[in-house]
Amino acid sequence: MPGEIVSTKMLSCSYREGRVLEDISFLVERGDYVGIVGPNGSGKSTLVKALLGLITVNSGSASLFGSRLSDFRDWHKIGYLPQSLHLVNPVFPATVHETVGLGLLSRKKFPKRLNKSDHTKINITLEELAILELERKMIGELSGGQLQRVLLARAIVNDPELLVLDEPTAALDPETRDRFYGMIAEINRSRGVTVLLVTHDSGAIGEHASKMLYLDKKILFYGSFDEFCCSPEMSSLFGEHSQHLMCHRH
Amino acid sequence: MNLLEILSYGFIQRALLAGTLIALLCSVLGVFLVLRRLSLIGDGLAHVTFGSTAIALALKLYSAMSLLVTMPIVLLASLGILKLTDKGRLSGDAAIGLVSALGISAGIILASVGGGYNVDLLSYLFGNILSIRSEEVVIAALLCLGVMLLLTLYYNELFAISFSDELAKVSGVRTSYINAILVLLTALSVVLAMKLVGIMLISSMLIVPAASALQLARGFKACILLAALQGCSSVVIGIIISIMSNLPASASIVMVNLLFFAVAFLTRRVLHPKSNN
Repeated sequence: MPGEIVSTKMLSCSYREGRVLEDISFLVERGDYVGIVGPNGSGKSTLVKALLGLITVNSGSASLFGSRLSDFRDWHKIGYLPQSLHLVNPVFPATVHETVGLGLLSRKKFPKRLNKSDHTKINITLEELAILELERKMIGELSGGQLQRVLLARAIVNDPELLVLDEPTAALDPETRDRFYGMIAEINRSRGVTVLLVTHDSGAIGEHASKMLYLDKKILFYGSFDEFCCSPEMSSLFGEHSQHLMCHRH
Repeated sequence: MNLLEILSYGFIQRALLAGTLIALLCSVLGVFLVLRRLSLIGDGLAHVTFGSTAIALALKLYSAMSLLVTMPIVLLASLGILKLTDKGRLSGDAAIGLVSALGISAGIILASVGGGYNVDLLSYLFGNILSIRSEEVVIAALLCLGVMLLLTLYYNELFAISFSDELAKVSGVRTSYINAILVLLTALSVVLAMKLVGIMLISSMLIVPAASALQLARGFKACILLAALQGCSSVVIGIIISIMSNLPASASIVMVNLLFFAVAFLTRRVLHPKSNN
């Protein structure tokens, strides 16, 4: 299918403690902004890791851009922003410029060297995200919000077609979080980038996402945010009052 | 004896040349190893080198010829550490501990069976850079050239896996392959560095320059350059001090390295008194 970006069929994953994902089937099309929500331990991050080939899938299948995951090689089409607090070693001796440059490696052939135009591209991306003044700073010297933007710059510097974000706002205050979601929505609109964003905050993401995927080991809901708000299944899950608060807070 | 006199001796020139090359390798690799939390791999592989040197000596292979036995064994051991970490549900330090124990116990048993510890084997415990021979200098130079070439070619991929394995994978970096290259290059360097500082002090050659550079460097390339500068300077200063003061060269080199670390640590505390990073 030409517009197919992510597709899974009956995907299941297990850890030693037991099954984390069960029979996950869904399709993400070009230009979608999908918010993946659900309670703690519902398998949101596991789903993202399975889609990126970072963990082994027990059964079922997943494909990216129409290619089976095992055959997928076009990593330059993907930008990934993991939960940054777990990722960054505070004493890692890299500048912001060097860190963002790592995002360009997926477009490079051996030996993966950056050239002058790559460095210009890094600066343009930093400027777009309004963090060019941080270029020479060490990543250990950044605030949570700045670090998040730097890692976002790293994820989008190679002009990806799919942006995958795993709880990107977990360490941010509500104001910075909302600004961040707005920034992702702008990237989705202006660049036509398909977005998969994991969050536990169903309400905040609802303002921006075109689709919601509610997960609790299985997919309990997949559709638009409006459908999510009208869904009787979601009403019975959250209770009408909570669903109303979640859907009308903006 | 003045400095010029010291430098006119052939054995000192060989020691300085080989020592600088080996220090360059160790200090550059050390940055990647420290950031990948594989700092003690040098100790582990040094213990395996001890075991394999005992085999080489039992086969009457000495000096450069002993590399024919030690190199393949240590290279295999380095891949074994990776495999144990990957498939054995072990952290890197536990895998290193296992391989290290195997290497040192094999060395002790072989030395015992072979009639006890002899002078050759003991020289590997503490190193003896001043006894390095011309052919060993040539081997060190060739290996140094090869390792530095590979490090240059794979620089960005090594940087990427040091920053984050997960992000590197999603950037299309073949992380298992690059990890294997890193430990294999480390294994080669450890075998060479045995002659310089011996088993007991080998990890200091890998760790201390990197640890000092991490105190002061502003950028990844700067960190590698600082580590290399410290590693090479420590060897030169350490060897000269050892000759002038009649002290063991290996321990002198390590002490100079540690002194550099102390200066870097204090400098950082003075320049950034409130920094916890």
